[in-house]
Amino acid sequence: MLDVYDLHVKFHNAKQEKEAVKGINLHMDDGEILGLVGESGSGKTVTAMAISGLINRSQATCTGEILLDGVDILSCDRDCLRKLQGKDIGVVFQEPVSFMNPVKTIGKQIEESLVIHSNMTPAERKERVLYVMSAVELPNPEQVYHKYPHELSGGMLQRAMIAGALMTRPKLLLCDEPTTALDVTIQAQIIQLLKRVNKEFKIGILFISHDLNVVRKLCDRVVVMYHGEIVEEGKTDEVFYHPREEYTKRLISAIPTRKKRS
Amino acid sequence: MQKTTILQVNQLNSYYTKGSKVFGKKNATQVLKDVNFELYRGEVLGVVGESGSGKSTLAKVILGITNEYEGSIVHNSLRPQMVFQDPYASLNPAFTVERILEEPLLIYGKYGKEERKRRVMEMLENVGLSEEHLKRKPRELSGGQRQRVSIAAAMIVHPQLLILDEAVSALDVTIQAQILDLLIRLKKEHNLSYLFISHDLNVVYQCCDRVLVMKDGEVVEENTVDGIFDKPQHEYTKQLLESAQ
Amino acid sequence: MIEVDEESGNFAMKNKGISSIFQGKNVFFRIGSVITGALVFLICLSTVWLPYSPTQMDATAKLNAPSFLHLFGTDHLGRDIFSRVMEGAGNTLLIATCVVLIGCIIGTLIGSLTGYFGGMADIVLMRVCDSITAFPSVLLALVMVMLLGRGKYQIILILGILFIPSFARVVRGEVARQRNLNYIYSAKLMGAGHARIIFYHILPNTISVLLPTISIGFNNAVLAEASMSYLGVGVQKPDTSLGGMLAEAQSYLTSAPYYAIFIGLVIVLMILGFSMLGEGLSRNNATN
Repeated sequence: MLDVYDLHVKFHNAKQEKEAVKGINLHMDDGEILGLVGESGSGKTVTAMAISGLINRSQATCTGEILLDGVDILSCDRDCLRKLQGKDIGVVFQEPVSFMNPVKTIGKQIEESLVIHSNMTPAERKERVLYVMSAVELPNPEQVYHKYPHELSGGMLQRAMIAGALMTRPKLLLCDEPTTALDVTIQAQIIQLLKRVNKEFKIGILFISHDLNVVRKLCDRVVVMYHGEIVEEGKTDEVFYHPREEYTKRLISAIPTRKKRS
Repeated sequence: MQKTTILQVNQLNSYYTKGSKVFGKKNATQVLKDVNFELYRGEVLGVVGESGSGKSTLAKVILGITNEYEGSIVHNSLRPQMVFQDPYASLNPAFTVERILEEPLLIYGKYGKEERKRRVMEMLENVGLSEEHLKRKPRELSGGQRQRVSIAAAMIVHPQLLILDEAVSALDVTIQAQILDLLIRLKKEHNLSYLFISHDLNVVYQCCDRVLVMKDGEVVEENTVDGIFDKPQHEYTKQLLESAQ
Repeated sequence: MIEVDEESGNFAMKNKGISSIFQGKNVFFRIGSVITGALVFLICLSTVWLPYSPTQMDATAKLNAPSFLHLFGTDHLGRDIFSRVMEGAGNTLLIATCVVLIGCIIGTLIGSLTGYFGGMADIVLMRVCDSITAFPSVLLALVMVMLLGRGKYQIILILGILFIPSFARVVRGEVARQRNLNYIYSAKLMGAGHARIIFYHILPNTISVLLPTISIGFNNAVLAEASMSYLGVGVQKPDTSLGGMLAEAQSYLTSAPYYAIFIGLVIVLMILGFSMLGEGLSRNNATN
C-alpha cells in the first residue's frame, strides 16, 4: 500500500543545509501496523511529515518516491495533495489540544474533512460524525459533539482526533507520538482503540513513537531509525528480543523495565 | 540501621483558588487531601500518579513555592533543591552554564572567586560534563546535557534532600538511563534523599526504595517498592500496574 | 546554526554571539547601521565643525537653491540649511534619546515590579498607564507644557513621562510570563531575593521584547519632538531642531520646496535607520 523509495529530506536556510532523512526505504502492507521508532533527532517525525505531505517545500527538499497506492506524494501538485491529505491519509498528533481550534466545537472540527471532501448533506454528515464518534468510544457522542476542546480531557481529545482522522475512511492513519502526552491508563486505552480501528476499518497505521513499550504492544513490524537512517527493520518480536544491530541493542536495553539499578 | 528523618509531612491539605482576587469570587479546589509521609536519610521515595493527582503540587508545597496549604511540613535538610521535568524551562536562557552554577554560590556569598571556580568545575565533572560546556548557554546543549546542568545546579549547595519532579520523563530512553545512573551514583556518594516524582512505574521500580501512590490528591497506597509491585492492595494501583505492563 | 549533538543526536543550537550579525545576511542591520552611523557622524561633527554658522544670516543669499556652496540651499534669512540641519538633527537626536531613556528605565522598573509582584499595585499602576494612553499624546503634552513651560528640557521630561506606559506594559507582560517558569523557582530555592530574581534573572530575558519597543519608541520620540517643535512648544529659537525648521519651511513650500524636502528627508532617514537597526537586532535575537 505504502512504498517509500530512497527518501531524502534536506532542510535548508540561508546559512546551511541539514539532511534530516538520509535515503530510507519503507514498505507497508494493507492493514498493517508499522512502528517507526527512534530517539529525538532520528528523523522519524520528518519522515512522517514527508509522507503526509506536510513539509514546506520552500524550507526543505524531498527527493525519492513516496507511493501511496501507486500515487507519488512527492510529485503531487497542491490540489492532488489536498485531496490525498483529506481523504487517503489521516493524521493524529501528539498534543491534540494544539491541533484543535479552541473556538469551534468538537463535532464541527471532526466534520471538517467531510465538508471539504464529500457531497453529503449536513444531516448525513452529522450522522456519520456521530457514528465515528461512537466507534472511537467517545461517551455520549451527541453531547460531546457540542463541546469545546477545553472541556474535554486529554484522552477524550485524542479520541476525537482519531475520529477526525478516520472520518473519510483513509487508507493510511499516521500517528505521530499519539500516546506520549497521556497518562498510562489512558495510553493503554488508546492503544486498544487503535488496534480495534485497524481491525474493523482495515486501515493501515504508521505509528511513530519513542516509547518502545507502546510500540511493542501495538505494532506488527518495527523500523528503527537513527540519525536519519534506518538501522534495523523486522517483526516486532524479533527486533525486541533478538536485535541484530548495536544501536538497537543499546536502545532496547535502555527501556525501563523491572530491574534494579545499582 | 538507625533512620534519620529528613522530611516529615503531616495532614497536608492544599487548595487551588481560581478566580479574581478583586471581586472576591473564589472557587477553591482541593489538590491535596490529608497527605502524610516520612522520608529518611539516604532513601528514595517514589511518588506515582497520573496528571491531576497532585504530585507536582506536593513538591511545590514542600519547597515553599506555594504556601496555600494547611498542615505541617518539617524538613531537617538545609536548602532542599528541585530538578524539574522540562530542562528547557528550568535553566535561565540568558545565562551561561558557568553563571547558572555559580549563582547559588554567589547567593550564599561565602566563597572567593577561586573557590567558586573550583567548586563549579568539580560539580561539572561530577555530573559528567567538561570545561567545554562552561561557556555555553542552555539552548546550545542537548536535553540530556541540560538535565545534567540542572542536577549540578541543584547539587552545588550540597542539599540533603532533592526533589525530582519527572526529572527523566522528557528524555530519550538511552539518555534517561544515563541520567538515572548519575542520580543513583550521586545519591550514594553524598548520602542524599530523593523524593522521586514520576508517572513511569518502571523507572520508579528501578530506583526507589518506597513508593506512594497518589490519586486525586490522596495517597491511596504506601509500601516498599516490592510490596507495591508484587502485592498491590488498592484497586487503582492494580490498574496502574496493568496499564504499564 | 543547527548542530547534531554526539550524545543524543539532538539538534542543539549553536550560538555564535553578536559577531554573527556582521557575518550573516542580516541586511536590515547593515543598512540600518550605515544610515544611523552616517547621521550620528554628521551630528558629532557638528559639535566641532560646521560649514557655516547656523545662525549667520546673509541678506544677499535668501532662499538660494542647493549648490556646491550650500548643499541644501539657504533659508529665508540666508542661513545655510545644511549646517542648520546638522545642528537641528543633533537636538532632535538628543531629545529622542533622552525621552526613550526616561521611558525605558522608568517603564522597565514599573513593568518589572508590577509584573513580578502583581496584586493591587499592579492593577492600579496599569490602569494609570491605560489612562495616560487613553488621551491623544500631543494633547496631553500640550497640557503639560502649560504647566511646565516650553523648552528643550521640559519637552524631554514631558515626552519621557508619556513614553513610560508603552515600556511598562511590554516589560510587565514578559516578566509576568517569565516569573512562572521553572528557572525562577530554581533561583528561589537557591535563596535568591526578589530584587535579584527580577533584575539579575528575569530582566536579561526581556531584552528580546524590549528591543523592538525601544526602536519603535525611538521613532515615535523623533516624530513627537518634531511635532512639538513644529507647534512651537519644543526647542526654542535660536536653537534649532528638525521640527522647528520644518515649521519655518512650511511658508516657503511653493517658492523653495527643497527647504522642507531636505529636512523631511533627514527625519525619514533617521527613523528608517533606527527601525532597520532595531529590526536587524531583533531578527538576530530570534535566530540565535
